[in-house]
Amino acid sequence: MHSSSISIWFFIGVLLTIYGAMIFGYGLFELITGHTANVILANLHAPVWWGAIMLALGLFYGLRFRPGRND
Amino acid sequence: MLGLIPALMVAGLRNSAATFLALSSPSLAHLSPLDIAVIAIYFVMVIWIGFYLKGQANTSEEFFMAGREMTAWIAGLSFVSANLGSLELMGWAGSAYQYGILAAHWYWIGAIPAMLFLGMVMMPFYYVCKTHSVPGYLKLRYGQGASVVAAFSFAFMTVLMSGVNMFAMAEVMKVVLGWDLNFSIIVSSLAVAAYVALGGLRSAIFNEVLQFVLIWGGALLVPILGLIEAGGWTGLKAKIAHNIANGAIPAGDYTHMWRSMGHFSDNPMGIHWTGIVFGLGFAISFGYWTTDFLVVQRVLAANSLRSARMAPVIGSFFKMAVPFIVILPGLLGLVVLQNADGSLMKLVGENVVAAHPGAGLHSYNEVQPLMLVRYCSPGLLGLGITALIAGFMSGMAGNVSAFSAVWTYDIYQPLIVKKARDEHYVAVGRWATILGVVISIGAAYLVMNAKGIMDYVQALFSFFISPLLGAVLMGMFWKRATKAGGFWGLLMGTLTSIGLWAWVKIDPSALRYVAISPDAKDMAENMYRALWSVSVSVIVVFVVSMFGKARPIEELDGLVYGATKIPVEEPVPLYKNEYFWLVIAIIGFLGLNIMFW
Repeated sequence: MHSSSISIWFFIGVLLTIYGAMIFGYGLFELITGHTANVILANLHAPVWWGAIMLALGLFYGLRFRPGRND
Repeated sequence: MLGLIPALMVAGLRNSAATFLALSSPSLAHLSPLDIAVIAIYFVMVIWIGFYLKGQANTSEEFFMAGREMTAWIAGLSFVSANLGSLELMGWAGSAYQYGILAAHWYWIGAIPAMLFLGMVMMPFYYVCKTHSVPGYLKLRYGQGASVVAAFSFAFMTVLMSGVNMFAMAEVMKVVLGWDLNFSIIVSSLAVAAYVALGGLRSAIFNEVLQFVLIWGGALLVPILGLIEAGGWTGLKAKIAHNIANGAIPAGDYTHMWRSMGHFSDNPMGIHWTGIVFGLGFAISFGYWTTDFLVVQRVLAANSLRSARMAPVIGSFFKMAVPFIVILPGLLGLVVLQNADGSLMKLVGENVVAAHPGAGLHSYNEVQPLMLVRYCSPGLLGLGITALIAGFMSGMAGNVSAFSAVWTYDIYQPLIVKKARDEHYVAVGRWATILGVVISIGAAYLVMNAKGIMDYVQALFSFFISPLLGAVLMGMFWKRATKAGGFWGLLMGTLTSIGLWAWVKIDPSALRYVAISPDAKDMAENMYRALWSVSVSVIVVFVVSMFGKARPIEELDGLVYGATKIPVEEPVPLYKNEYFWLVIAIIGFLGLNIMFW
């Protein structure tokens, strides 16, 4: 589960990174173009900060538990 | 997974969905390409994990017990995730809208004491005797008879419950997204069959941890944004009070858990505090969390006794937090959901929705998807829907992996092929996984064509869990308990549960005797029936054992308290010590109950 194989936390990191990048990217698109989705509290730009949080967590776990890292 | 969801709620979800289908109403949500991409990536990931772990599931110990290599964190998250299904996410949110914070009892007193008891008191015996399953423990303690009864009832109920869950979820997807029932059933079950059959319990556990993270990532945003809109907890309480004063929502105490528990008629659930404490807090929750192999299997896969004890303690913290993503959205729905004209949206019971076709009414159980649609823009909506799908798949994977282990170890090996090579049993386990999924699909279509079965399946599940608790507790903590005592205790407890259920079914007024009050309502019935059942089970084990000859004490090593030498674990720093975290969990549990008293 550790050095000889891929940790579950790496898989989680990869998925969070992909999702975070997609949602953060969409949030930036909304922010730049001003074309916000028809949802309540759209002015808070949840996709930007929620996507950024997911991206940061994903990168942390993806790098911290990447295959081949001995710890 | 459905073990703690009342039958009425599941029936409600089904009725709600059926009503919508009959009305051909438009779906609640419309997915963008970004949302569909989010869902598709999730499926790719779970299959990837299954294929990757295939190479690590070659022996029976690896396939059925994940090699007993799971850390406390992974086992703990998997332990909670196997129970956190989509029906739970949606059903309890609907209950919170209807009954207020009372619904949180099922997460706190209805789970935490039992989880901590499993970890600190029962786990050493399960772990030290190296059993592969709960029926396996019964075999070691009481012999083949009690084990076979428990194994068959568990295997049968597990796949049936999996099918019911599958059907209910497919109907929810039809209502929320307009997806075809067959599409939802086939795609999700194929994915689960693939990754569990390939990677065994390790794959199921890995995916459950992944799904747990997704459920939080997808569902947590709703209460955060909801609280911002409502003006925080204080604003939410003020708005609920305002809506009650206006007559917009029924009068009641929506934000306190114990104040209205003094009498059955004082709260909308029709439950007395004794039912909550002894029925839910002991008979039902201890039965589910300590003897249902679906959840216990995750902890048995831990890499050490300390990890096995820590896993339920870690899980208890997350269980305590689940009301934030389940109960709170239901409460927020009382004040923030609006109709298109800006008026307050009033969710109603399924019977009201059915009685007013075309009126555009929504049922209580739709509060969670309505809240998702209210706040989530493209991408985030896909994430929320993925959380629902992930919850469903984790529950199903839990069912089929547990079925596979019980079928192979407790039915096939002792009764059909007693001596074979290890590879043979691994192959049987893989095929049992696929067989479990196929039977689940069959059960799903059976329920689709005879929907009344769904309510009976819920009741059937409850028949076996509480008596099993009585037999296991007596076997684990009383050296004098005999083989005959265990068998008859299990049988009589089950018959008591079935008898009481049938009595109320034939004569509804009998509820006053079963639940000890004429003011009791349906929810109270389950709690008191479980309490009677476990009591009868314990009494019968005691009485029958007193007339029999106890096993020599040396045969009880590893099985019974007082006859087992528990291994001493190496000293660890305080922050890694299970007793330290046990104390923190107890303080947190008591604090939450006092805070929302």
